[in-house]
Amino acid sequence: MTISDFLPAAPEISLLCSICAVLLIDLFISDEKRVVTFWLALVALLLNIWVVVVSAPPDPTTIFDGSYIYDPLSQVLKVAATAVVALGFFYARDYLRQVGMLKGEFFVLGLFGLLGIMIMISAGSLLTMYLGLETLSLALYALVAFDRESPQAAESAMKYFVLGAIASGALLYGISWIYGVTGSLKFAEISQSIAVRPELNDVPLWFGMAFLVVGIAFKFGAVPFHMWLPDVYQGARSPVTLYIASAPKLAALALILRVLVDGLEGLHGVWQGMVMVIAVLSLVIGNVVAIAQSNIKRMLGYSAIAHVGFILLAVFAGSEAGYAASLFYTLTYVIMAAGAFGMVLLLSRQGFEAEAIADFKGLNARSPWFALMMLFFMFGMAGVPPWVGFFAKLNVINVVLDAGFPGLAILMVLASVVGAYYYLRVVWYMYFERAEDKSVFQAGRDTRALLSLNGLAVLALGIAPGWLLALCLAVIG
Amino acid sequence: MFQAILFYTFAAVLIGAAMGVIFSRNPVHAVMFLVLAFFQSSLLWLLAEAEFLAIVLILVYVGAVMVLFLFVVMMIDINVERVQGGLVRYAPLGLVIAGLMVVELVQLIWARSRFEVATGGFAATPEGYSNTEALGAILYTEHVYAFEIAAVILLLAIVAAISLTMRKREGLKVQNITSQVAARAKDRVRVVKMEAEKRQ
Repeated sequence: MTISDFLPAAPEISLLCSICAVLLIDLFISDEKRVVTFWLALVALLLNIWVVVVSAPPDPTTIFDGSYIYDPLSQVLKVAATAVVALGFFYARDYLRQVGMLKGEFFVLGLFGLLGIMIMISAGSLLTMYLGLETLSLALYALVAFDRESPQAAESAMKYFVLGAIASGALLYGISWIYGVTGSLKFAEISQSIAVRPELNDVPLWFGMAFLVVGIAFKFGAVPFHMWLPDVYQGARSPVTLYIASAPKLAALALILRVLVDGLEGLHGVWQGMVMVIAVLSLVIGNVVAIAQSNIKRMLGYSAIAHVGFILLAVFAGSEAGYAASLFYTLTYVIMAAGAFGMVLLLSRQGFEAEAIADFKGLNARSPWFALMMLFFMFGMAGVPPWVGFFAKLNVINVVLDAGFPGLAILMVLASVVGAYYYLRVVWYMYFERAEDKSVFQAGRDTRALLSLNGLAVLALGIAPGWLLALCLAVIG
Repeated sequence: MFQAILFYTFAAVLIGAAMGVIFSRNPVHAVMFLVLAFFQSSLLWLLAEAEFLAIVLILVYVGAVMVLFLFVVMMIDINVERVQGGLVRYAPLGLVIAGLMVVELVQLIWARSRFEVATGGFAATPEGYSNTEALGAILYTEHVYAFEIAAVILLLAIVAAISLTMRKREGLKVQNITSQVAARAKDRVRVVKMEAEKRQ
């Protein structure tokens, strides 16, 4: 083995080196100049994107005895996750500075979380997947508890930690069963041994797989394992909520695609039922409960549960088009979620958290441009054409129809109609209610430009979704 | 035969110690029983010729983790009566969970026996085989990626723990070396001249 054999893993290696560099340099920066750490973290992220693109081998390869996979899917997910983390850091910067929480640890923990996400995306074995998941989760627990003065943050961090530990336990228990039955931890070997020995496809393997599905559902925040999600979204500081709501969803998608599709494809008929129940429950409960929320972070939390229902239904369909639809949906959802939380951050300032939906009242009078951006995000999430959410939903519905489940397709349409209500309520507040709060936004010019770009991307991707759709199909196939 | 006698002796003591952990009234005794349980299971590993795991179990769990446990147990003032009440209340739940585990174990053994030929006892290792060497070889070749990630998780845990616990509080008594060195006698002691008191 030579050093060039490790080349496919260059993104992870270089990101770890950048994290250590940021961690060390941060020690020598005084509190007044803490923004330097932000720029360093941003440089690390841009460097990471560059390394992901440059170091890509021509063909899909596995290294470290099959525990690390490079394929086009991993490359797309890694670039998207890094970009979305960079976006989150940008939106967070001004807010953190105003509330006096601009600390190096925020960025270092965020970068560590990204490392965990990348490990998960490229995981070739259940062991690597689990370790990546723990890296991500540990960073998230610490980020949620980041605001030590807030009892709410401490409570939600505790809740997240305990429930996350239970989910990890379920996942490990399932992994031990799969290992016991198939004799391997690697996805390729597991799927091969199921193909070669059909008699393995029996209760013990299903039992282990059920625990894996539970673990996946928890990490996605799908009903009935969604209890942590609204509380954590609400309890954590808004920049942390933005982080949790965006990039980890890509990791959860990698988790389900690698484990259920790469590893346990042979058991598709068995896990299909489980995924369907979880997806339908998420779709219904997420959309219905979101209507009753008055806190926008909580509302977006329940809306995330509903979106997860769509992603899971795309995976449920079990065709290549279905997996591509789930990838398209997740990528576009992550962009919209980052933008929506970016708006929450834009409206917040020192001593004031724009957490209630009512805080968006009369935004049009204060800033017509950003009211329009928020309208873009809300219409995108609701699935109004021509915003990109419409095509994402249409894809999933098409795929489910092709798989022969018209009932589910009708349910998805109905759920979207219910969901449109609470997104449109925000728009109503912005345009047809009087503003109670007339303060000026504190965010810097670059943050505003980026947020505008984010909003325009939701519209542009909706007008021309073809290339992204083609890309999703190409990397899955 | 001799091996079987040893195995059943060690296993019986192990189960007895595990019982002791949950039934002893004094938390310190419970920790001690846990130490005994770890020791017995490491003996079982020795019997299976997994000497590296046995030594690590004693070094890490008995030597470090259990001592830490003892510190914690001694530092917090546990109300023994309340803990005992909890035992009775949670006993049915514990029994259900224990029953489940037994059923699952039986199922797993059954699944094994269906697909493979059952072998009795521990397989003897060949002459000159080193358990430590075999583990090291597999850990640093096949599982080197997982090993490195585990190291990253430890680093992350350090960063997370420090960022959550280190804070600058008001009124904290800390040493300021510079001001200590710069202190002069006349800043601290004031010599006051005054008239002697008249004798009364």
